[in-house]
Amino acid sequence: MPVLASFICGLIFGAGLLISGMTDPQKVLGFLDLFGAWDATLAFVMAGAVAVAASGFAIAQRRAAPTFSARFLWPDRNDIDAPLVGGAILFGIGWGLAGICPGPALVNLAGLSLPIVVFVVAMLAGMIGQNLFGKNLWRPRTMAPGAAETASLPSRADG
Amino acid sequence: MHDFTPISGFAGGALIGLAAALLMLLTGRIAGVTGIVGGLLQPDTADRSWRIAFILGLIAAPLIAALFGAPLPRPAMNGSLVVIAIAGLLVGFGTRMGNGCTSGHGVCGFARLSGRSIVATFIFMTAAIATVAIARHVIGG
Repeated sequence: MPVLASFICGLIFGAGLLISGMTDPQKVLGFLDLFGAWDATLAFVMAGAVAVAASGFAIAQRRAAPTFSARFLWPDRNDIDAPLVGGAILFGIGWGLAGICPGPALVNLAGLSLPIVVFVVAMLAGMIGQNLFGKNLWRPRTMAPGAAETASLPSRADG
Repeated sequence: MHDFTPISGFAGGALIGLAAALLMLLTGRIAGVTGIVGGLLQPDTADRSWRIAFILGLIAAPLIAALFGAPLPRPAMNGSLVVIAIAGLLVGFGTRMGNGCTSGHGVCGFARLSGRSIVATFIFMTAAIATVAIARHVIGG
């Protein structure tokens, strides 16, 4: 059941991206182009998404456990560290170059156009590269005893 | 140029928010595409099936729409394949390093009022706006 629920959530998420127009990189770039013919649509997408998600999260916070699993895995970090800032800058540059972020990239993969396939392969390579090498750039190589156990799990990262 | 479409934008956004709300209420997970995909690419991840299912749902959405006559998404993209590949690398590396993208930090983080996510969203929006300004109005102008 949790797997079916995840599939349906992915389906609804993808439908939302398609209906909102955010799978079209030109529309995203139209929002990011503050100094050109500005298209404010993305702000309305964010407003709709945040309003509904916040309502759902408020319901979740009053419940003991999710329907199909043992516990809610809320992100548990509040610190603003160098990887957060540096990663956001690198992501923003890439997003501004192409007008595509990870969700729309995967939805667009269904059309199998060459630029999208190139983008997705490069994106996955970037993620694997960060998984392999990125952590060593920022974290001290010698962790204090027990630090590995308290480090946040991948599944509990922000997003 | 593209039209301003606030109604379909808000409606589509509401569906994105609904998907994020349902994923938390039903499975206890945050609907962050970077975290879902990135976790799948790590060898030590135990929970793979729900991640694969969510990604298949994303890809299935336009395929199901195509059954009802919608065209498959084959968007026009700017720049050469080299620029697109560089953009993809930056998006993949940056989102993993910063622990989230537009969905995880932008939608879910704002909905949780996470200071960390709000800062990240402000930074990647600013970096993207600056990149477009330079590409379109400094280099391309």
